[in-house]
Amino acid sequence: MANLKDLRTRINSVKSTQKITAAMKMVAASKLRRAQEQCEAARPYAERMERMLSSLAAGIPEGWEAPKLLAGTGRDEVHLVVVATSDRGLCGSFNTQIVRGARGLIRDLRKDGKTVKILCIGRKGRDQLKTEFGDLIIDTIEDLSRPRPSYDEGLGIAERIAAMAGEEEFDVCTIVYNRFRSAISQELTVQQLIPFPVLEAVAEAGAEKEPGPSAIYEFEPDEEGILNELLPRNLAVQVFRALLESFASEQGARMAAMDSATRNAGEMIDKLTLNYNRTRQAKITTEMIEIVSGAEAL
Amino acid sequence: MPDKVEFELVAPEALVFSAAADMVVVPGSEGDFGVLAGHAPLISLVRPGIIDVHDEGTVKQRIFVAGGFAEVTERRLTVLVEEAAPVDALDRGAIEARLERARKEAGAAETEEEKAAAEKEIVLAQAMLGAIE
Repeated sequence: MANLKDLRTRINSVKSTQKITAAMKMVAASKLRRAQEQCEAARPYAERMERMLSSLAAGIPEGWEAPKLLAGTGRDEVHLVVVATSDRGLCGSFNTQIVRGARGLIRDLRKDGKTVKILCIGRKGRDQLKTEFGDLIIDTIEDLSRPRPSYDEGLGIAERIAAMAGEEEFDVCTIVYNRFRSAISQELTVQQLIPFPVLEAVAEAGAEKEPGPSAIYEFEPDEEGILNELLPRNLAVQVFRALLESFASEQGARMAAMDSATRNAGEMIDKLTLNYNRTRQAKITTEMIEIVSGAEAL
Repeated sequence: MPDKVEFELVAPEALVFSAAADMVVVPGSEGDFGVLAGHAPLISLVRPGIIDVHDEGTVKQRIFVAGGFAEVTERRLTVLVEEAAPVDALDRGAIEARLERARKEAGAAETEEEKAAAEKEIVLAQAMLGAIE
């Protein structure tokens, strides 16, 4: 039987762990609320922009050489996969989920004989992908999200992607991230950024609501001028949105993970305390028997 | 035909303004244009300036925007902007400080990109000052 001092030490250490996990849960909960608000506030902009770009892209005359950000290079050989994960751990299956999705995607692409390049956002994703695809990772973007992702950060990443597109370093660009559904559930999302996927659902819905083909849009100053402004902006907004969604999901996942850790620690403390009290009582009983039998012997 | 146009002003951080209006005047890159219900479909760039929302014979709202895009359909006007603030909420001191800072940055800029960014900021701040007057 473990001695009393050992048990006391165990109990104390579990108690302090519990305090840490409880505090982390609170921090994650308050960050989550802010992140969720920001994330939901950003959705309308991203969605409207996608819709606008869709109707614009649908109206492009044939034979016109579209910018690379819109149409890609026209080939389908080199894929750039952007994986958005967190810098820190202790958030349950958040990163594992993303990495599993990304890994599946990359394996499939490689099986089809495509070349894959990986751009990691967040240390955790890089650490997990490194073992299998170490030579494919071109770079890792770290230390975002303090205190939360800013539009400028999204813009920075987007500019990088745009520059690579300009150099024709890839043909297709996809971003993998966790879409925030609720505090306890995230949805793995794979979104193609380049070439821009014209939303067919949106285009159809738009055609229903607004009579006539979208090609009758007038443009000021002209299609090309607008596209040149809209495309980089759209890329930045989509990346920014992915960052926000991913950040909110991370906080939600961390909150859930820390909640269950706190509960587990509580159970552990109860068990140890019971054990401690039993041991203490057994010891007292033994001592009393010793005294009584000592007295009887006299 | 509906007699009002559904106007939505969206910034990256939030849906700034959303309401039905009789007419909305948007500062397009090629000149200001007013949007009424039944306007021909149009996509336009928006320069820094003021959006006026007209409803029931008066100007309901004047909003400063920092440039972006406008999409007009028969019954809807969506304006996507980088930044937006009601004209009343603009603070002269803060804008002048911003202009000053941008001028300094333009002077100290080393790369073309920095210079372009600073110049954009100057134009923006000047437009804001213009909006107040």
